[in-house]
Order: sequence, then C-alpha cells, then structure tokens
Amino acid sequence: MLKYFLLNLLLTFVWVALTGQLNYSNFLFGYLAGFFILWMLTRHSNLKEKQYFYRVPKALVFTMYFFYDMMEANLRVAKDVITPNYNTTPGIIKYPLDAKTDFEITMLTNIIALTPGTMVMDIADDKSYLYIHTMYLRNKQKFIRNLKDRTETKLLELLR
Amino acid sequence: MTDILIMVLSTLGAIFILIASIGIVRMPDFYTRLSITIKAATLGIGCILAAAAIHFSEFSTTTKVIAIIFFLFITSPVAAFLIARTAYITGIKLWDKSIVDELQDRYDNNNNIPNNRCKEE
Repeated sequence: MLKYFLLNLLLTFVWVALTGQLNYSNFLFGYLAGFFILWMLTRHSNLKEKQYFYRVPKALVFTMYFFYDMMEANLRVAKDVITPNYNTTPGIIKYPLDAKTDFEITMLTNIIALTPGTMVMDIADDKSYLYIHTMYLRNKQKFIRNLKDRTETKLLELLR
Repeated sequence: MTDILIMVLSTLGAIFILIASIGIVRMPDFYTRLSITIKAATLGIGCILAAAAIHFSEFSTTTKVIAIIFFLFITSPVAAFLIARTAYITGIKLWDKSIVDELQDRYDNNNNIPNNRCKEE
C-alpha cells in the first residue's frame, strides 16, 4: 500500500524533472501516468498488493461526496439563518462508534465537525461513543443510521 | 472566463461569511451559534482563498493557498470541539426547545463538575 504510493510519487517526480515544467497540471499528469504504469505492472499480483489501485479512486469519490454533503448542509443552514422562523430542533445524541483507533476517530470527528449543523461535543472514556450535537434532529435512530451508512462505513473502508 | 470564476468564488465566500455573522446574532443558544460560525467561516475563507489563487495564478501563491486551506480544515474542528466541550462542562445551558440531551448522564457524578449545570426538565 505505502510502497506503491511512494513508487508513484517517485515516478511523478521523475516525470516532472524530465519535462522540466514546475506546474500543477504537469504534476497531475505525472501522477496519473505513474499510476497507470504501476497498475499495468502489478496486473498479475494478488489482491492485497493491488489494494492501492482501488483506494485512490475510492478516496477521490469520498472527497467529492464529502464536499457535496458539506455544500448541501451549508445551504440548509444558510436558509435557516436568513428566513425568519427557526426550523432547528437541536439535541445531543449518543452515537456508537465502529472506529477503533485514535486516527480513525480523529478523521471521523473532523468530518462530522465540518458538516454544518453537526458538532462533536465529547468522546466517552472507552472510545465507544461520540456525543454529537446536531441542529436538525427529527428521528434519533434515523440520524444515527444515516451517519453510519453515509460517512462512517465509507471512511473506515478507506482507512482500513 | 477566469474573471467570472474569480467573481463567483469571492462572492460566494463573502456571502458565507455574512451568513455566519448573521447567524451569530440570530441563533437561539451558544451551541447552535458555534456550529454555524465555525463551518460557514471555514468554507467562506476557503472560497476567498481559492479566488485569490486563481487571480494570481502563480505556483508559490497556489501552494500557500493549499497549505492554508489544509491547516484550516484540520484545526477548526478541533477548536470547535474544545470550545463546545468547555462550554458544556462550565454549565452553559442548551436552548429550551432542544429535544434530547444524552450527554447529561455522563457528567452527573463526575468530580470537578458543578451540580447546578444545565437541567432541562
């Protein structure tokens, strides 16, 4: 996994050094070319070796998805701020965590905090629960399921 | 084309920051205020910085912009988390119309926590 990422970076720098143009599109092209070459070379290795090549597209899709979610929630909050009536039904929810390590929990917390309307208040001592403050609470079970399916499982798929 | 992109991005950024500042005045309690301010301001600053990067279109400027946005996205959730947690522990009340408060049991018998802290019922 890490080996292929470093190899890919090396190929990128080789490409940039050989072409001699220090700009972003050239870096991007070098990265893509390196990715493609490495992909071709590891065609016959087992699935564990090829993990890297599935993870990069997944990470891209996840990033796009995250930005889409963030914009959507932002518009919702903006509408609530501008229009005269309060639509908010705030509450603090106990959320059972699937993430185990500190790094996974940190990433999840960051993503939750960056989506408007939700905010992490506290973490249980044994790291099994998050306490999340949310502005739009209709149905507790639905909120928990939604967060688990839309964010946590995808993030864990990516990190593990 | 570039001009239009710059205009759209910087206007969006300004609007997000404006909404965040209106939100500070309008929202009913501390936690909703906090949760509006941090995100809208982060996104607004991100948009304005992106507009600046496109305007200058130099390698050094773009690198700096990417670094700033990256650190902003990493640090602001941590700040929000710490502020919210401190506020809760020091006993700032939730809004009356809040539905549930499941954090309540966690601090009941803990030491160092004042007992006159938020009781909703």
